[in-house]
Amino acid sequence: MSETTFRTRVLRASPRLWIGLAPNRADLIAFILLAAIAAAALKGIGGTVGPITELAQHPITLDPANLPWYALRTTLRMFAALFASLGFTFVFATLAARSRRAAQIIVPMLDILQSVPILGFLTFTVTFFMGLFPGQVMGAELASIFAIFTSQAWNMAFSFYQSLRTVPSDLDEVSHGFALSPVRRFLRLDLPFATPALVWNAMMSMSGGWFFVVASEAITVGNTTVALPGLGSWLAIAIERQDFAAIWMAVGAMAIVILLYDQLVFRPVVAWADRFRFEQTAGSDRPKSWAYDLFRATQMLPLIFAPVTALGRLLLALDLGGRTRPASAPARPRGEWLWRALVVAALGYGIWTLADYVAATLTWRDAAAVFGLALLTLLRVVVLIAVASVIWVPIGVWIGLRPAWAERLQPVAQFLSAFPANILFPFAVILIVRFHLNPAIWLSPLMILGTQWYILFNVIAGASAIPTDLREAAGMFGVRGWQWWRQVALPAVFPYFVTGALTASGGSWNASIVAEVVVWGHERLEAPGLGAWIAKATAAGNYPRVALGIATMSAFVLAFNHLVWRPMYRFAERRLRLA
Amino acid sequence: MASIFTRRPLVSVEHLTHHYGPKRTQPVIDDVSIALHEGEIVGLLGRSGSGKSTLLRSIAGLLHPDQGDVRFAAREDANPDVAMVFQTFALFPWLTVQQNVELGLEARRVAPAERRARALAAIDLIGLDGFENAYPKELSGGMRQRVGLARAIVVDPALLLLDEPFSALDVLTAETLRTDLLDLWSEGRMPIKSMLLVTHNIEEAVLMCDRILVFSSNPGRVAAEIEVKLPQPRDRLDPDFRAMVDAIYARMTARPAGTPARDGLFPGTGISMALPHVSTNSIAGLIEEVDAQPFDGKAALAELGDSLGLEIDELFPIAETLQLLRFAELRGADLVLTPQARRYAGADVDQRKAIFGHALIAHVPLAQHIRRILDERASHRATGSRFRDELEDHMSPDYADATLRTVTQWGRYAEIFAFDEDQDSFSLEDPA
Repeated sequence: MSETTFRTRVLRASPRLWIGLAPNRADLIAFILLAAIAAAALKGIGGTVGPITELAQHPITLDPANLPWYALRTTLRMFAALFASLGFTFVFATLAARSRRAAQIIVPMLDILQSVPILGFLTFTVTFFMGLFPGQVMGAELASIFAIFTSQAWNMAFSFYQSLRTVPSDLDEVSHGFALSPVRRFLRLDLPFATPALVWNAMMSMSGGWFFVVASEAITVGNTTVALPGLGSWLAIAIERQDFAAIWMAVGAMAIVILLYDQLVFRPVVAWADRFRFEQTAGSDRPKSWAYDLFRATQMLPLIFAPVTALGRLLLALDLGGRTRPASAPARPRGEWLWRALVVAALGYGIWTLADYVAATLTWRDAAAVFGLALLTLLRVVVLIAVASVIWVPIGVWIGLRPAWAERLQPVAQFLSAFPANILFPFAVILIVRFHLNPAIWLSPLMILGTQWYILFNVIAGASAIPTDLREAAGMFGVRGWQWWRQVALPAVFPYFVTGALTASGGSWNASIVAEVVVWGHERLEAPGLGAWIAKATAAGNYPRVALGIATMSAFVLAFNHLVWRPMYRFAERRLRLA
Repeated sequence: MASIFTRRPLVSVEHLTHHYGPKRTQPVIDDVSIALHEGEIVGLLGRSGSGKSTLLRSIAGLLHPDQGDVRFAAREDANPDVAMVFQTFALFPWLTVQQNVELGLEARRVAPAERRARALAAIDLIGLDGFENAYPKELSGGMRQRVGLARAIVVDPALLLLDEPFSALDVLTAETLRTDLLDLWSEGRMPIKSMLLVTHNIEEAVLMCDRILVFSSNPGRVAAEIEVKLPQPRDRLDPDFRAMVDAIYARMTARPAGTPARDGLFPGTGISMALPHVSTNSIAGLIEEVDAQPFDGKAALAELGDSLGLEIDELFPIAETLQLLRFAELRGADLVLTPQARRYAGADVDQRKAIFGHALIAHVPLAQHIRRILDERASHRATGSRFRDELEDHMSPDYADATLRTVTQWGRYAEIFAFDEDQDSFSLEDPA
C-alpha cells in the first residue's frame, strides 16, 4: 500500500477535518429527528406525574387516536428500565469484578435472579412502589418499570462482569504500569472493552422486556387494580372485551415501535460500538446503519454525546486519584473466614425468615401439592424444549449453512423474538374452545412461543460458524444423510444449541405463570401447573402462597440449570468447541 | 568498568524471591540480586519458567515479590521512572495512535496542550509521522510495536523495560526495529538512561546488549553474567559474534558438574519429574535432522536452531527430551546422537516405536510407573485421575496435567499403553 492511500485512510477517521462548518442537509434531517424524539420524550415523561385518581378519570379507551400516546408511554418505560439496568450493571458488575468479596455475593445472586420467575414478584413490587408514592401515578409507573428492569438487568450485568474478568492481561498491565486511577481505568479500558457484548445483551434484554411490559402495565393485586396508559393496558382491555381489531392494532403499533427503536437507537449503537471490538485486524463486514451515517455526517454528533462526555469529564474531575491495586494482593485468611461466616449467616437467616413466613399459614400438604404441580410444569418444559429442538435445529442448520438466507432471515427472527408472545394467547384460547381441546395439553405450547427463538438464533449462529473446510471435507467424502447430521452438523452446533436451550428453558418457566391461565373475555382456561398456582395466588393476593410458589420454581430452575444444562455445557466446551 | 562502579546503580534488585502455585510453594525466582547502571542495555536471557518475566514485572511494579526489594536511584517509594514495551504490543484498539501514546501522560495529569506536543514528538521520533489518527488495527505488526515504543518513551522513563518486544514480529521487521532502536539509543535521542531486555533469542541478546544475565530455570537464578564488549554496530557474521553465541548456548545447556546426565534436566525426580510438552514428531524430526547431512550425528545447537528456525524456547526442551531418553548427549554447545538414536533414524515405523517404547520404559519413571500399574492389575485398567492425583502431590495441577498429557502422547506413540479420554482411563488394550 502506497503512502498516499494510507494518508487518505488515516484522514477519514476524523470527519470534522473535511466537513465544512456550514450546516448541511444531514444536519437538517438529524435535527428534525432529534427534536421530534426529544419533544415526544418530554411529553411522555410529563404524563407520569400526577395523582393516581387521574388514571380513573381518563380510563384506557380502545380509541385508535390514543394508540400513539400509549405506544410512546410504553416505549419510555422500556427505555427507563434499560437505563436503570445500565446503571445497575455499571455499579454492581464493576464492584463484583474489582472486589473478590463483593463477587462472592453478587455473582451467585445474579445467577439466582436470572433464573427466578420475575412475574411472580409483581405482587410484592407493586405493593412496595405504591407504598413509596402513595396516591401518585409515579408509584405504579415505577412498579412497571421495575418489572421490566428485572427482566433486563441480570444478563447485562453478567455480560459486563464476564467482560471485565477477561480484560486482556497485557492491557491490564499497561493500566497498572501507567498507574491509571480506578475511574480512568474504567473509562479507558473496562468500559470500551465490555461495550460490544453489553450492547448485544442490551438488545436481547430489550426484546425480553416486551413480554413484561404487557404483563406489568395492567396489574391486579388482591383488590387493587391499576391500569397505566400503555400498550399492555390496551391489550388487557381488548382481551376483556374480546375486541379483535384492537388486538391487531396493538400488534401493528408494537411492530412500528420495535422497527423505530431498532433503526434509530440500536443499529446506530451497534455500528458505533464496532470500534470497541477487541481485534487487531480490520474486519471485513462491519455493521451498517443509515442513522449512524447520518449523525456522523452532521456536526451534531458531539452535541448528542454531550451529556455522555460531560458525565465522563465530571467523573474524571472528581477523580480522587490513587491507583488501582494490582490483583495479586495477598488475602488474609482470618478476615476471609469471618466474611464467609457472615455471608452464610445472612443466607441462613434469609431462608429461615422465608420458611417462617410461609409456614405460618401453609402446611406440608400445600408444599407437597406445589411440588407435584412443579413436576407437571417441569414435564411441560422438557417436552416443549424437545419438540422445539426437533423442529428448529434442522431449520436453523439449514439456514445457517446458507449465508444469503441467514442474512435475510436474521432481522425477521430478531423481530419475532422481540414480539411479546402473550399477545397471541387469546387466539390460542379461541382455538382450544372451538375444537374442545384439553387445556392441560394445548395451553402448554404458549410457554415456549416466545422463547423458542433463542434455540433458532443460536443454532443459526452455530451452523454458520462451521468452518468451510469441514463442510468441504464432508462433501468430498460423500458424507450425507443421518451420518452427516450425527458427525458434522449436530456436534458443530451443539455448544450453541445448549446456550439457546438453556435460555429458552428458563424463559419457559417464567412464561408458565402467564401461559397456564389464559383469559379471553369470559372464557377462562387453565392448565394445572406451578405457573397457574402462582398466577391464582397473585390474583387472590395470597402472599405466602406466592412466596412458596416462587421459591419452588426458583429451586427447580436452579437445579435444572446445574444438573442438566451446566454439565452439557461443560461437555460441549471440552469436546466440541471448534478452534 | 571502573566508572560504572563509582556511580550508584539506577535500579538495584536485592534478594528477590517469588513463589507460585496453589500453596505458593514453588519458587519462580530465588534470591536474585541484580543492578542496572546508567548507559547500558542489559539482557535477561532464559527459558520460559526461568522467572525473567517475574523479575521484569517486579521492577515494573506490576507484581509484589514475596521477598526482596527493588530500589530506584531517584526515589525510594514507587517506581516512577519505568515504562514497559510488551511482546503483544498491548495497544488499546479503540484509541488512535495519538491517544494510545498520550495514555501515560493523561494518567499523570499532564495538560492537554503539552500532552499533544509531547506525543507528537515521540511519534515523530519513532517514525510514525502521519499515522497519528490511525487505529492500531490499521497498522502492521512492526508499526504497532513502534506505537508501543512511542507510548513507553513519551513518559520520559529512566529505565525502559522490553518484554520480548520483537518476538511477535517477522524476521525482517524485527531486524529493522532492532536497528532503529539501537540507532536512537546510540545517538542519545531518547530520554532513557538504561534498557532491560527480556528475550529468549540468544543472537538478539548478543546483538543488542552490553551485558547479558543468563537465567537458570526451576527456580530462576542468575546462572551467569556475560559482558559483551563487541563494538556497535555488531555484525552477526563476525567470528567473534558467532563464538559468543556458541559460548552462551553451551552455558545454557551446561549442568552443574557432578550431576548425572538424567537428573536436573527437568524439575522433580522419579515419577514426579515435570515433563515438557514435546511431541514425538518433534523428537523424531530433531533426530532425523541431526542424523542427516551435514550434521551426521553431531550438531552445534546454534546452527541447529538457525537451520530449523527454532528459538531456544522451542529447541531446548526437545534437545533435553532426547537427553532424557538417552537419544543424545550434550557436549559443550554440541548435540551428539547416541547409537540408539542413529538406529532409530534408520528404522521403519514399527521398529521406531519399539526403540522409543524401550527408551520410555527405561528412562521415564512415570511411563514405567503407569505401565507397571496396568500390568499388575487384573483388569489392566487405571483411571487417569489416579495418576493425576499422585502427580499433584508433587507439582501444581497445571504441571501435573501437562506432564500426564505428555506421557500419554509418548505412551500412545510407543504403544506401551492406551488412553481413553471419554472414560479418563489408561489401559493395555489397543483400540479395535
